[in-house]
Amino acid sequence: MSNLKVFTKGLIDENPVFKLLLGMCPVLAVTTAAKNGLGMGLAATAVLLASNIIISMLRKVIPAKIRIPAFIVVIATFVTMVDLVMEAFVPDLHSVLGIFIPLIVVNCIILQRAESFASKNSVFRSFLDGLGMGIGFTIALMILASVREIIGAGTWFGVSLFGASYEPMRLLTSPPGAFITLGLIIGLINVLKPKKA
Amino acid sequence: MDTNKLTVSSSPHLHAGGSVRSAMLHVLLALAPATVFAVYYFGMTALLTVITGVVAAVAAEAFFLWVMKKPITPVRDGSAAVTGLLLALNLPAGIALWLVAIGAGVAIGIGKLVFGGIGHNPFNPALVGRAVLVISWPARMTAWMGPGLISAATPLAIYRDSGNAGSYRDLFFGFIPGSIGEVSAFLLLVGGLYLLYRQIIDWKIPVTYIGTVAFMMWLLGPEGWFTGDPLFHVLSGGLMLGAFFMATDWTTSPVTKTGRIIMGVGCGLITAVIRLYGGMVEGVSFAILLMNAFTPLIDRYTMGRRFGAR
Amino acid sequence: MNTYFVIFFGAILINNFVLTRFLGICPFLGVSKKVETAIGMSLAVMFVMTVASVATWAVQEYILLNYDLLYLRTIAFILVIAVLVQFVEMVIQKTSPTLYQALGVYLPLITTNCAVLGVTIINMNEGYTLMQSTVHGFAAAVGFGLAIVVFAGIRERLEFADVPPALQGFPIALIIGGLMSISFFGFQGLL
Repeated sequence: MSNLKVFTKGLIDENPVFKLLLGMCPVLAVTTAAKNGLGMGLAATAVLLASNIIISMLRKVIPAKIRIPAFIVVIATFVTMVDLVMEAFVPDLHSVLGIFIPLIVVNCIILQRAESFASKNSVFRSFLDGLGMGIGFTIALMILASVREIIGAGTWFGVSLFGASYEPMRLLTSPPGAFITLGLIIGLINVLKPKKA
Repeated sequence: MDTNKLTVSSSPHLHAGGSVRSAMLHVLLALAPATVFAVYYFGMTALLTVITGVVAAVAAEAFFLWVMKKPITPVRDGSAAVTGLLLALNLPAGIALWLVAIGAGVAIGIGKLVFGGIGHNPFNPALVGRAVLVISWPARMTAWMGPGLISAATPLAIYRDSGNAGSYRDLFFGFIPGSIGEVSAFLLLVGGLYLLYRQIIDWKIPVTYIGTVAFMMWLLGPEGWFTGDPLFHVLSGGLMLGAFFMATDWTTSPVTKTGRIIMGVGCGLITAVIRLYGGMVEGVSFAILLMNAFTPLIDRYTMGRRFGAR
Repeated sequence: MNTYFVIFFGAILINNFVLTRFLGICPFLGVSKKVETAIGMSLAVMFVMTVASVATWAVQEYILLNYDLLYLRTIAFILVIAVLVQFVEMVIQKTSPTLYQALGVYLPLITTNCAVLGVTIINMNEGYTLMQSTVHGFAAAVGFGLAIVVFAGIRERLEFADVPPALQGFPIALIIGGLMSISFFGFQGLL
């Protein structure tokens, strides 16, 4: 696999949300507004990049038998750092995302990339992989969050789009709307890009 | 020549002569008295709402089938029309017609066709449409009107605030504010009895549903045990409409005898809990939706075991 | 007593872990094709979530607060949960081979079930006592179990449905999840 491919596969072909369906909890929970989706995506990307790099560096040191607990400790360390940094610099976003920041620890994408990529590849390739997956995750969150915010609240990044006479379809920003909107978006993607047999 | 006679099919070969289409026609007929009364009582606005609901539901079904490149013949079975009518009957009089159209589209699209059409939808489509409207536009969906489109509180809301049940005669015949099709308990009862007589529906769900609500409301009365007003609660809100016409939906309710009793009692308990303690004053539609979700499990655990099966 | 009642039914009906709080979505979507497996998963989760609520409460109270290490909470909790799951797996394997056969395959998956870490963090954020944490942990797991078993029932029935090809698999599962979430909406404002 070329380095370019390592980077780009996370964007579309193996998009963690739309194709692999990993890390769904924050995807559904925080996408009520585009801003929250972006914040969550960037936080997860930061953790993914850092953990991929460190785990790749340590890949020859960590004994195979205890690799999963070791990965979790590495990931949890970075999550704690991101958590504290966000609390200090973006307290509003931090309180909106709530427990989903500490829960990045158990986000399957990050552990899955550590296990199936970073523990077997060079630091540089792991960096590219983390970046691609992180951006793919962020794009997916942004798409879902934008659809939900625009239709469900009539705004985008908090800016009113349709004027005062628009009555938003609140279903989309409610919990049921998260499930239904994501289901329909994935369905639409399947229609637009048919699977190769 | 009738080619149907030459078709070889697997058993069972006996046929009661009924079909989805004829069943749906009977349901439409059974809902006719309550619908006509609504037009008389609320005025032309009710008629417009009903027409919009039915037309939008049928059009949505044809449109979605066309988009999916499927034959649009299933539209003719009349089930979309029933869904549209039931949705309209569950809406307040004087509601904006664009809301009715969106509700009908959601009911048919998300409620039914994504699952492959009639017979597979786990939830009652009309109630899915209504619930989506309630969650999306709560203020419009609780703007109840009396005749002449004057804002008025429903009997259930008045009862909750002041404990005043009003006149039983008005409740029974339907001279009360409420959703278009729910007001006349009498005419809904007539329609329900017609469906029972035609054997379109089974008595178990409506009887246990209404019975459970009556008992629970009597039991958990405002002044202690057994001080409630069961008659008021049976006649008010959407109970008659829900119990006879929506909880009995073939696709979304259990097929076993025990299962149907569980369905009725479950709907009754949830309705009572929501009416007594919930954030909303009426709980019929959400109670039925929740029991719809449980229906596959109810069937699974009340189905007789096959002989010899482990 | 009243608060326990509110915590218990609140976690099942109003703030259902899966349908309203979006915790434990991975097993909800992944281990729900058959009712039997969904029941097995729920039982395992109930056990682990209840015990994890007790264990993390003790860790928070006697270690993190005593030594002013609160910033290490996420790391400490995930380690407690990982160790706990290992321990539970060993104990069940030794004491009850039947139970182990039934739950064994689900246990390793539970470490990364975000509902487990989620419930322990919520317990602390809400400032629950030991008893309240235990009740909340158990109730949250019951809510998870209820959602996943009902969901599996619906998915089993849809096995033979003519779902449009583009929606087969996860999309239709998500839509069912959404409709279930809608059906729980009637309980909003209860308690």
